[in-house]
Amino acid sequence: MQKITRDVLIEKAVSLLSDGTVSRVLGYKKGDLSYDITPALFTSKEQLEKEFVFNDFCAANFAKYLVKETKNQTEGKVLVFLKPCDTYSFNQLLTEHRFDREKVYAVGISCDGMIDINKIKAIVGDGIISVETDEKIKVNTLYDGVKELDKNDVLLERCANCKSKKHVAYDELLGEDGEVLDSNRFDQVAELEKMSADERFAFWQNELSRCIRCNACRDACPACTCEKCVFDNPNSGVENKSPANSFEEQMFHIIRAFHVAGRCTDCGECSRVCPQHIPLHLLNRKFIKDINEFYGDYQAGAIVGSRAPLVNYTKEDIEPIDAVNKGDK
Amino acid sequence: MQVNEFKPKIVAFCCNWCSYAGADLAGSNRLSYPADVKIIRVPCSCRVNPMFILRAFQRGADGVILCGCHPGDCHYTSGNYFARRRMALLFSMLDYLGIEKERTRVEWVSAAEGAKFSTVMNDFVQTVTALGENKRLEDLRCKR
Repeated sequence: MQKITRDVLIEKAVSLLSDGTVSRVLGYKKGDLSYDITPALFTSKEQLEKEFVFNDFCAANFAKYLVKETKNQTEGKVLVFLKPCDTYSFNQLLTEHRFDREKVYAVGISCDGMIDINKIKAIVGDGIISVETDEKIKVNTLYDGVKELDKNDVLLERCANCKSKKHVAYDELLGEDGEVLDSNRFDQVAELEKMSADERFAFWQNELSRCIRCNACRDACPACTCEKCVFDNPNSGVENKSPANSFEEQMFHIIRAFHVAGRCTDCGECSRVCPQHIPLHLLNRKFIKDINEFYGDYQAGAIVGSRAPLVNYTKEDIEPIDAVNKGDK
Repeated sequence: MQVNEFKPKIVAFCCNWCSYAGADLAGSNRLSYPADVKIIRVPCSCRVNPMFILRAFQRGADGVILCGCHPGDCHYTSGNYFARRRMALLFSMLDYLGIEKERTRVEWVSAAEGAKFSTVMNDFVQTVTALGENKRLEDLRCKR
């Protein structure tokens, strides 16, 4: 399998820029720290060679950036690199007519999982200077020298339970296309469902009370593309951080997950960007799991133009009372 | 001696075409239902945004019930089918977050079912009274 490296991507981007297929490139740039990677727009070969990076921290999903990027009047197409999971979000946004497909040149790149700096921090502790991500993960630390880690131990949650290595949309493919995987991504949800109501309430109270209402989950979510968001309304009553343990955070997170229910591709961006490490994907996955159980298996973004479960119905749908009592007995 | 008995606050969203008329019929037929039920008329059961239900709880409701036309009888053809899917997911999610599932309910009440309206409301108020005050969903700042 062709390994996707920085050089391969730069070479591809430069050749597409020079033959005029695209006029700009959505790529990754180094942030303040070596493991802190930011999406950025590149327009020239020089800029690409100077700033473009690609390593195992490049997890950001570019699909949402296309909404803004195709809206401006710039000439030419935008080149975007899509990992398999990103292509689902790409298709979902296409289904919702959120960006102009004609203005995008999508290059699918194969992916063997991205890594989570928080898991590395949990293992090696403080004082990380830099992280090298070749075959083994080499963490250069301030106090203990270089530490080697196994990549499988520090994968992002969404990559440890990867749902698909198959690209569902691209103009061109670098590396190999994989298969849709039969992952265990609903196991944790099922475990929670088995708990008693009191335990679940305590679990979520503990998780959600940490929420600082930074709205990062909403901002990063490729399904949240409303130009005016309900949570930006100062009269909504849910735009603040509440000072006490109250229903406010639960309400925000239920509604946030509900607004993307049936459209969420389970890309895991919400949990990845959460500065408080709240497992937000468990809320989204609950909706996906319920939709699969009640209305038949549905993967958002797998097919362009498919009808999302919440804008569809059948006459024999499950009654709400049966839906909540399904787990009992 | 006066006993301070718990009186639940119940919000009932009733669709204009069936359930609201059903409530009206219950009244004309002199069938009683508890005064704890506060009816909010909505054009269709699918007008009810999940936020309405959560907001009602946040502002102090102890139970929320959504009443609409029987599936197939919607005045707007398919509104209640959509509402049914939404509520199934929302209620399942509330249960997932550890909130008592008896506090929420969906009932289909037609304009001719005044008697059903009265039984449903009596039953729901009884259930919520047995559950007691809504502690898990309340927002302290909304307390009066």
